[in-house]
Amino acid sequence: MNQQAPVLELKKIRKTFGAVVAIQDFSLELYAGKVTALVGDNGAGKSTLVKIMSGVYSPTSGDILLDQEPVKFKNSSTARAKGIEVVYQDLALCDQQPVYMNLFLGREYTKSPIPVLDRKRMVKETEALVKELDVRIPSALSAISDLSGGQRQGVAIARATHWAEKLILLDEPTAALGVAETARVESIIQGLKARNIAIFIISHSLDQVFRLSDNICVLRQGVQIGVRETAKTDKNEIVSMITGLSY
Amino acid sequence: MNSFQKVSQALNLKNNIVYLGFLVIFGFFAIMLYDDGFLTSRNLSNIVLQTAPATIMAIGLVFALSAGEIDLSFGSIVAVSALTTAVVMQEYPIFIAVAAGMLSGLAIGALNGVLVAYLKLPSFLVTLATMGLFAGVARAMTNLRSIPAIDPNFTGFFGSGKLFGVPSLIIWTVVAVAVGHIVYRQSKFGAHVIATGDNARAAQVSGIHVNRIRLYVLSLSGACAGLAGILYTGRIQAAKYTLGEADLMIVIAAVIVGGTALNGGKGSIIGALVGSLLMGMLNNGLILMQYSVSQQMMVRGLIILVAVAISLRDVSR
Repeated sequence: MNQQAPVLELKKIRKTFGAVVAIQDFSLELYAGKVTALVGDNGAGKSTLVKIMSGVYSPTSGDILLDQEPVKFKNSSTARAKGIEVVYQDLALCDQQPVYMNLFLGREYTKSPIPVLDRKRMVKETEALVKELDVRIPSALSAISDLSGGQRQGVAIARATHWAEKLILLDEPTAALGVAETARVESIIQGLKARNIAIFIISHSLDQVFRLSDNICVLRQGVQIGVRETAKTDKNEIVSMITGLSY
Repeated sequence: MNSFQKVSQALNLKNNIVYLGFLVIFGFFAIMLYDDGFLTSRNLSNIVLQTAPATIMAIGLVFALSAGEIDLSFGSIVAVSALTTAVVMQEYPIFIAVAAGMLSGLAIGALNGVLVAYLKLPSFLVTLATMGLFAGVARAMTNLRSIPAIDPNFTGFFGSGKLFGVPSLIIWTVVAVAVGHIVYRQSKFGAHVIATGDNARAAQVSGIHVNRIRLYVLSLSGACAGLAGILYTGRIQAAKYTLGEADLMIVIAAVIVGGTALNGGKGSIIGALVGSLLMGMLNNGLILMQYSVSQQMMVRGLIILVAVAISLRDVSR
């Protein structure tokens, strides 16, 4: 697993809010083409960690290395500029707007010399991308509100994929979906591995974590309990790491 | 998208109720008031001329509503801008007076914007307060007196005159609608305004400066009201504190009937223009039908209620 250098490396990350320690001494390496899952009970600090990795919070101490260069994210925009994209749990889609405008939200293409929106180009790229990722939506022109939950999730993932050069963070990507839609979204996530970017996924479903991930990182009360290769562990071990109880 | 989809989308009644309503009411008046001169070109162009200031205000309001904000203060801004223009014009050249009027509108709009975007106050309350505040300011400015503005260059360019043989108010309307439509539909700024009103958090995490957008749309609404005040002054050749007073309901109704969502994320400049013409036509038709002022107000209120109900019914999810 260490044949290549990590895309993103967290070194001894600590985050406190006043007297509350949310994350302590957290270290993790994420590799291109690999899916790393983060599991932990409610309140273990998973969301805090995602916010640190996506630039929303800056760590109280510790280092973030991107391609082995130390980086400081001022806010989520700087993290995005460096190729880190987040698929938020609420998806952060504009419901009344068409798919292609969501894909290019905040980064719309314009023509030159008169900077009017280049809708044709955005639609074309959206169609190519959803086809490539096999996100089955009626049209790039459909409004988000006309799509199913799984299709929306697919659009949010497609957007992240389009812009991510290094890393995609997925926060509970199937929490709100039914069985068939979950399978669809999982196969989209599987497809992302071929794009040679690192994938970091938070999930409450251990079944899903075992289906999707290459490595599993366990977080309990802000402390990293350990990282396991998915192929060399089982659910019992992970559950006992999450709960802190041996069995 | 194939041409069939284009046609069916163009005919999408849910979003285009204003055009249908316009045609129905136009047809009604055309038949009922044929002998009263409703269809004469003079009467029809009068409708367009009279609605010019409301149309300009409506453009600003489309931007504000689309971004998820409301502006209730534009009527008071109209009065302040009109009086500022007329007062300054008594001492200084026209272009300085017009600039002062525009600036006063922009400044009040920017004040609304700063309070909403950076002090995080709800725009409904902020603009409700500034509506009252600047209605008072307008009254205090000239002690309730009206100020004449009869310079023919001014009234020619901003009111009753013609440019290139076309009434100047029509030119102002066409230019403002065209520019507004292009900015709203074709620019990045327009897309960011709509995204902010649709889902401010999504816009924010996508790198859109939502607070800046809020400041800009409320400033724009103020500037539009400023221009509307100048056009009113040019048309009636005087400025008075009552200008703009009656426009709050009409402009909001025009914008909502025109397909702009009250809670943001969706709007139409062309729809607002047609909505504004619809309101002007109603006004005109009811006068020709010889309703008394109080009856006109009641009928207009009822029709607006029906129109707004129809245009909102399908939009709500």
